[in-house]
Amino acid sequence: MKQFDVIVIGGGHAGSEAAHAAARMGVNTALVTMKLEGIGVMSCNPAIGGLGKGHLVREIDALDGVMGRVADAAGIQFRLLNRRKGPAVQGPRTQADRQVYQREMQSIMENTPRLSIIVGEVTDFLMQGDRVAGVVLGDGTEIAAKSVILTTGTFLRGVIHIGDTSYSGGRMGDKASSKLAERIDSFGLPLGRLKTGTPPRLDGRTIAWDQLSVQEADDEPVLFSFMSKAPALRQVACGITHTNAKTHDIIRENLERSAMYGGHIDGVGPRYCPSIEDKIVRFADKDSHQIFLEPEGLEDHTVYPNGISTSLPQDVQEDYVHSIAGLEQAKIIQPGYAIEYDYVDPRALNADLSLCDIPGLYLAGQINGTTGYEEAAAQGLVSGLNAARMAQGGDVVHFRRNTSYIGVMIDDLTTRGVTEPYRMFTSRAEFRLSLRADNADQRLTEFGVDLGCVGNARRMSYQTKKEKLENGRALLSGSSYTPKEIAATGIRINQDGTRRTAFQLLAFPDVVFNDVKRLDAALEEMEPEIQEQLSRDALYANYIQRQQQDVEKLRKDEKHAIPSDFSYADVTGLSAELTGKLEKVRPSDLAQAGRIDGMTPAGLALILGRIRFLEKKTA
Amino acid sequence: MDTIFALATAQGRAGVAVIRISGSEAFEVAQVLCGALPGGRAPALRHLRSAGGVVLDHALILKFDGPASFTGEDTVEFHLHGSVAVVAAVLQTLGAGTARMAEPGEFTRRALENNKMDLAQVEGLADLIEAETEAQRQQALRGMSGDLSNRIEEWRSKLIRAAALIEATIDFADEDVPVDVTPEVRDLLGQVRRDVAEQLKGFSAAERIRTGFEVAIVGPPNAGKSTLLNALARREAAITSQIAGTTRDVIEVRMDIAGLPVTLLDTAGLRDGQDEIEAQGIERAIARARDADLRIFLQEPGTSLPISPLDGDIILAPKADERSDDAAAVSGKTGQGIAKLVSDLEMQLLQRTAAAGLITHERHRQAMSQSLSNLDAAMDRVESGPALYDIAAEEIRTAVRSLEVVVGRVDVENLLDEIFASFCLGK
Ligand SMILES: Cc1cc2nc3c(=O)[nH]c(=O)nc-3n(C[C@H](O)[C@H](O)[C@H](O)COP(=O)(O)OP(=O)(O)OC[C@H]3O[C@@H](n4cnc5c(N)ncnc54)[C@H](O)[C@@H]3O)c2cc1C
Repeated sequence: MKQFDVIVIGGGHAGSEAAHAAARMGVNTALVTMKLEGIGVMSCNPAIGGLGKGHLVREIDALDGVMGRVADAAGIQFRLLNRRKGPAVQGPRTQADRQVYQREMQSIMENTPRLSIIVGEVTDFLMQGDRVAGVVLGDGTEIAAKSVILTTGTFLRGVIHIGDTSYSGGRMGDKASSKLAERIDSFGLPLGRLKTGTPPRLDGRTIAWDQLSVQEADDEPVLFSFMSKAPALRQVACGITHTNAKTHDIIRENLERSAMYGGHIDGVGPRYCPSIEDKIVRFADKDSHQIFLEPEGLEDHTVYPNGISTSLPQDVQEDYVHSIAGLEQAKIIQPGYAIEYDYVDPRALNADLSLCDIPGLYLAGQINGTTGYEEAAAQGLVSGLNAARMAQGGDVVHFRRNTSYIGVMIDDLTTRGVTEPYRMFTSRAEFRLSLRADNADQRLTEFGVDLGCVGNARRMSYQTKKEKLENGRALLSGSSYTPKEIAATGIRINQDGTRRTAFQLLAFPDVVFNDVKRLDAALEEMEPEIQEQLSRDALYANYIQRQQQDVEKLRKDEKHAIPSDFSYADVTGLSAELTGKLEKVRPSDLAQAGRIDGMTPAGLALILGRIRFLEKKTA
Repeated sequence: MDTIFALATAQGRAGVAVIRISGSEAFEVAQVLCGALPGGRAPALRHLRSAGGVVLDHALILKFDGPASFTGEDTVEFHLHGSVAVVAAVLQTLGAGTARMAEPGEFTRRALENNKMDLAQVEGLADLIEAETEAQRQQALRGMSGDLSNRIEEWRSKLIRAAALIEATIDFADEDVPVDVTPEVRDLLGQVRRDVAEQLKGFSAAERIRTGFEVAIVGPPNAGKSTLLNALARREAAITSQIAGTTRDVIEVRMDIAGLPVTLLDTAGLRDGQDEIEAQGIERAIARARDADLRIFLQEPGTSLPISPLDGDIILAPKADERSDDAAAVSGKTGQGIAKLVSDLEMQLLQRTAAAGLITHERHRQAMSQSLSNLDAAMDRVESGPALYDIAAEEIRTAVRSLEVVVGRVDVENLLDEIFASFCLGK
């Protein structure tokens, strides 16, 4: 029997990132996927990044993951979202050439040392008592592993709906994983049902582009990877059009034929990514909705109309598409559809994404109730690092809320669970001002070097950058100036007698680097990239200092680890409701316990008291 | 969870003593002593007996089914005759059973735990228990009934709405929601800012109701200040004698005026000191008088003292009984003018308490002024436009958190310990 350290099931965004991370950690890894060409497939929108999501990609990249590099290689329309707002909330995004993305991802996977790709359907697990110890393929082959990561996305009991027809499927053109679903049933995991949808794809050659307004790529593209310098592909524009009264009439008249409104779907869909049916019902007073027409590739005629995802029957889709300006003659290549699927309540997971009750099994990606490629990939990374660590006999790798969006997401999922498909937003991160896309490498690369998941090239490049930043910061903070000296350079400043350093001046929103250059000729020498980075750091310095107090508090609470065999029933004074929630989530420390919905300060005090009591008893 | 019991009224002799039993076995525990419990909420009279069957007392029994009780648990109260021996015997009998004696503050802690109260309400209760006067009682009752908590909830939801509007423009920038949210955000922040500022203004009055007003009597030696104090307090608190300069230290008498707790200060007579000790006494007198909330000046018209009256202070001529002029005067000796003085005092103090807000504790004040300064900063950033929205959102977040501190939503373990430590057993 073949033997690996880590087996990853599924080659989607979670699976690819997980397998690559495990291999980077130095363990023997296998990636089992139904189809080789399935690696790196984007089921929905051919775009990577965005608000919050772009942050995740940067963090994956800072740990030497693959998503950022592949997106840079496939990007055909880079745009930095929120360019006019503060750097903390700016998110890099790009349209990606779907084929190039898949090709690049496959080639990286195939060329990664210690990573074997096995094509096949996993139908069962090998069990050793309670423990998952490998997988069984459809043809009966058994493969053993120290740990297994399951990343099957929407394939568990996936059901596709178009109007009133529905059939089993993992996504359009793929079959669902039914055998595996049965095995998972036998584990008795808490399962729920979610849904998501996708719009019809159009033939770009049948769209009247000349009648539409366009959105161009940024003049100065901002890429994902800290290692990339420039886009690899030609940049293209997107078209913009709108729905109109006629479109809305057609949809309204056919609502009961929509899978969602006809009562065929019970799963909960994302509120922030509504179908066109939803938009028209819920925002009845709006007479028009914007649609972006996004090319799926440079050599591909397929166009993705962003904003009209639907589960209406195909003939209605034809009608309403044709009612839209510029799309009168548009040909639908593939109809839009909705998909309903099983997910595992992520509160059944530990912070390393292993299942609390089934040793050896990790879950990552959409199966945990999230939506989106970036969310899936980030979880893949966490599970890959941890499964490898487990195989190596090392400790759990913890991602914290105060150092990464990845940490925010893992904590949200495992502590609060999900009520709709979970998507990252910048507002989920309470330490948003310090968790920026621009400083992901400063936050995480050294952490990754220590873990052993960062390669040499990145390690050295980061080292150089770090030295430059440190020198630059020393230069900016080294001398202070009187208000008079400062005013002499043209900077408007209160004559309050306070001396300020150039770094402190950069904290004023209206002071830019060029202004402070006049204070010290040596600043002229600084590389533009370093200037920009230090300006962004300076802008938030005061707030970050303030947040530091919160971080301290969090750290203090994180230090109070709750033993894994802690019995909440023994805590005198906890309400039955809270006891139930705590038993379900099994927080690893007091900080996490505090974030459980409905938790009270007194409850925390009681738990803390009990921990101390137990410590005293064993001491 | 353990069933607990304790004496809920003050220790020592009293008319009635109440013993409270709370917990899942409260009914069983009580039945051991009193036999069958009353059926509904109506009280019933029962004999309490020791394990040996000796009658301990004839007591009134009240039964509360959880969660509709103070602690949220099943609860029984024994209203006993307030004799030390009876109470001791009943406690002893209870202690021999399955229930245990409550720790200080444990009943309240359970109430908090079972969501019967939040922190602001707990503080209100602590104040209620300690309330000496009617105004204190009313204010504490307001704290306990959740008025403050309700206001905070209202502000909090407004701020969350404001934050959500800003967050929408941040997190959905690539979507179809480019409406200008500034006017609504400005409006929401402005409303909360105004309310919080108003409550802060009312703080000092509210705190006065809780801790008491200070009224200083000032005047030259021998003006009859001590006699007046004694008359007002109706007891011999200060030594009065004819020799000028008798009152060297500040003498305090606590009393109740119009339901408000008032500390009357009798200060040393203000004159050029004869010896060093007296000079020090005078200095202290001036300082205390300045810090007081209100001063009663006893001085001859046309004379002046080292301290001058402030707005609202009461100025009277001394020794009304010996005067022939028609100056407003008072005499502690005969009581002439005292009624008028008391009603003037009442009016002054009530005027000051009219502004009293809902915040009564220094802890509330600190949290709310923090919130206020965050709101100011947030409003400023919002006016600068979207470029600073991320910072505005951070300020709003901090403002919300500061407000939450008042009702104890977050980060208050230390404070909890403090609050519970200041409770006496069984409340
Ligand atoms: C119709 C649809 C619409 C969507 N719309 C949106 C959207 O609007 N916005 C958004 O952000 N996200 C959307 N998504 C979600 C996004 O595509 C996913 O969240 C993301 O791709 C999940 O990544 P994953 O790695 O978890 O799963 P996937 O990318 O789905 O990968 C699962 C992989 O597992 C493999 N696999 C499954 N079962 C087995 C097995 N038994 N053995 C071996 N291999 C197996 C499959 O072949 C596949 O390669 C949509 C997804 C779908 C299907």
